[in-house]
Amino acid sequence: MLKSKRLSKKYGKKTVVKEVDFHIPHGKITSLIGPNGAGKSTVLNMIARLIERESGDIMFKEKDVLEWNSTELAKNLSILKQSNSLYLKLTIKELVEFGRFPYSKGNLTAEDREKVDIAIEYMELDDIKDRYLDELSGGQRQRAYIAMVIAQDTEYLMLDEPLNNIDIKHSKNMMRLIRKLCNELHKTVILVMHDLNFASCYSDYIIAFKDGKILKAGNAEEVMTREVLEEIYELPVAIHNIEGRNICVYY
Amino acid sequence: MNRLIVSIIIIMLSIASVFVGVVGIELDAILRGDSHALLILFVSRLPRLTAVLITGIALSVAGLIMQQLARNKYVSPQTGATIFSAQLGFIIAMVYFNEAGKKMEIGLAFLFAMIGTTIFMIMVQRTKFKNVIYIPLIGMMLGNVISAVTEFISYRYNIVQNLKDWSAGNFSLILKGNYETLYICLPLVIIAFIYANYFNIAGMGDDFAKNLGVNYKLVLYSGLGIVSLLTAGVVVTVGSIPFVGLIVPNLVSILKGDRMKMTLIDTALLGAMFLIVCDIVGRLIIFPYELPIGLTVGVVGSGIFLLMIWRREVKRAA
Amino acid sequence: MQLNKKKFLLLLLTICSLCLYLFIDIKPGTFDYAMKLRLPKVAGVILAAVCLSAGTLIFQTLVNNRILTPCILGLTPLYVLTQTVIIFFWGSTSLLVVNKTANFLLTIVIMLMCSMFLYRILFERQSQNILLLLLIGTVLGSLFSSFNQTLQRIIDPNEFMVLQNKLFASLTNINAEILFLGAILLFSVIIWCYKDLKYLDVISMGKEQAISLGVNYKQKVKKFMLAVTILISLATAMIGPVTFLGFLVVNVTHEIIKTYKHKYLIIASVLIGCITILLGQTLVENVFHFNATLTSLITFTGGSYFIYMVMRENNA
Repeated sequence: MLKSKRLSKKYGKKTVVKEVDFHIPHGKITSLIGPNGAGKSTVLNMIARLIERESGDIMFKEKDVLEWNSTELAKNLSILKQSNSLYLKLTIKELVEFGRFPYSKGNLTAEDREKVDIAIEYMELDDIKDRYLDELSGGQRQRAYIAMVIAQDTEYLMLDEPLNNIDIKHSKNMMRLIRKLCNELHKTVILVMHDLNFASCYSDYIIAFKDGKILKAGNAEEVMTREVLEEIYELPVAIHNIEGRNICVYY
Repeated sequence: MNRLIVSIIIIMLSIASVFVGVVGIELDAILRGDSHALLILFVSRLPRLTAVLITGIALSVAGLIMQQLARNKYVSPQTGATIFSAQLGFIIAMVYFNEAGKKMEIGLAFLFAMIGTTIFMIMVQRTKFKNVIYIPLIGMMLGNVISAVTEFISYRYNIVQNLKDWSAGNFSLILKGNYETLYICLPLVIIAFIYANYFNIAGMGDDFAKNLGVNYKLVLYSGLGIVSLLTAGVVVTVGSIPFVGLIVPNLVSILKGDRMKMTLIDTALLGAMFLIVCDIVGRLIIFPYELPIGLTVGVVGSGIFLLMIWRREVKRAA
Repeated sequence: MQLNKKKFLLLLLTICSLCLYLFIDIKPGTFDYAMKLRLPKVAGVILAAVCLSAGTLIFQTLVNNRILTPCILGLTPLYVLTQTVIIFFWGSTSLLVVNKTANFLLTIVIMLMCSMFLYRILFERQSQNILLLLLIGTVLGSLFSSFNQTLQRIIDPNEFMVLQNKLFASLTNINAEILFLGAILLFSVIIWCYKDLKYLDVISMGKEQAISLGVNYKQKVKKFMLAVTILISLATAMIGPVTFLGFLVVNVTHEIIKTYKHKYLIIASVLIGCITILLGQTLVENVFHFNATLTSLITFTGGSYFIYMVMRENNA
């Protein structure tokens, strides 16, 4: 349902994404991996229309994302980035209510309120829903943002480096949550990941980028191989199969 | 950019500059010792030339130091409120301490420039919003506040037009005896050169400086002091001149990088060259009248600056 | 609701300051005369306050920042340049100076044309970096100031006195025709933007959030930028440059009305704007006896507040 054709992007003279073709499997978790500057975040941002593309198509439900009505697309596809430095003083509840904007344009209906409540409950933020975002810990704030995209109720959800700057425990909780979103709420999730082993353990499908091109795409076992990873990162790695997962050792 | 070539260009332009003027003077008249020609040379032309050169050096070095300390290429005495603060001090001296003379004027201009620039630096350090373009914008806002105070005072004393007259940069009134205050800039530039490495280190931040055993605050405030005094000297003697402190350090940085010990001399030379070119152009374009330097520099400088940001920002964003 | 209560209080205060300005210090028997003098001024003040407050509020939402104001769009130097050029080349007795309406229209047209030209270049180039736009605005502003300084130095001192009246905000330039034209323009802007105001709530969350929530960001920002320009140009052409009124008003609004909802914010800011400018003008006329200008007064207060804001730890 989401795929690209000959997608390219240049910054000045430097091409960062070169004629990339991919398809995102529906109802699964897909991780985009690759070294810095490989183009994975750029691709994600182009899908979300945050960056304008140079050429190529991104088809979502048989229609290019640029041809979608912005509001309609926002009901089907959402992105969450890590640089959420708000200048607004909002409570969690107010933030989550913003997730309903594509539907009600600010005048919440009873249905909107219900969805907001459900999202808050789902993220276990009920006790603190009236606290201001800037009073929260990093982990709580991140949960609040996820509650917002849950309230947005999109089939597709994109997260740009969701594990950035959080510790192992919270990383694990985050990935389990993403799994839950996929399994329980039937969302298609696309992640940009730096931690290979988290990607390996929690994704159904992995797309590996290098120098603006896709080097390999497939399920975790297919991509998490020594040949692929050594070529992407240009350093020796070893792959161990632990409890049925391919774990990559590169120290 | 070769220093030797730039120096030769400056010398040639300087010679040309001496011979541009309403009253023509000729080389052989000077060599003959013609008293009239010598009078013009020593009372008007040479002082003007000196003033132009020193101003160019002072403003561009001030800009360089500010850019280093604020870690921002868009900062300068103009975008960091220094010029506007110095103007405020100057007009207060003119209005309230009319009799006190040049020393008082420079003193107050310096004091206010120092206060204004310090406020600006505190702003820079405290703001969370670290976007490079944001910093000069708040600097300009601060400048707006300060110049509103200046305008208020001039309105109150009914000298709005005189204010425009004093504050616009102008070399045409420079004569022997009224520009010597500018010499204060020369030792400052030398000091800046000697301690250039310190400014470089302070520019990398408080922690970085501490790590290298440099007293950050001391270097920061000495730097701001030098910038303020350079600006005050120029504002009081020739008026405000935009863009020099902004574009010259940037051009040098593009060509030669940011190692200040290496680039300070280049910056000073290029600043002098830039200003002397603008001065000669301004004197020739509607000869025998002349355009004030503020206007010439404003037009040329804003053009160069727009090209520069276009090149840097739009390409990056594209 | 508490917000509504606050709105009501503000409305009450506005009416009080309106009455204060209208009825203060009227000598017996001069009531009609005083009204004739003061009513158009009041209308002008309110129109200008609406433009400046709403314009600044929208602007700050677009740039996601409470410190920047539209004064850095370079509109003020452009206004000054227009006035200076008119007086310099055609003299203070020319039609464009004597006929206030003509002057008003010309000024507005020039300000809008220049801004639209700039926006066109920048938005067409796909660059949606508003800060860059502002930087270019300030650079052009500095350029205009260079021209201003040059022309103002060599202008005849008598002519300069005429010009000076235009360079400081005052309510003396307003006439009924201008009020009428200004009101029409303001209402067209309001009608043009009314339906889009809800997008401001989302735009205030930042570009990426706004796009993700389905806002056609580029189009909306372009539209609002233009609206801000019209509002600020209108206010400037009407009463002259009042740089810091918007800054003061919008920040006070945010302090009082703690919400992100623009339907409340805009109304509150407009009311606060009216209160500020009315009280300011009352002070200028009755306490300072015209020895200070409204511009200076507002800039002093607004400026001090600005410095307080930026010196505050961790401003954003």
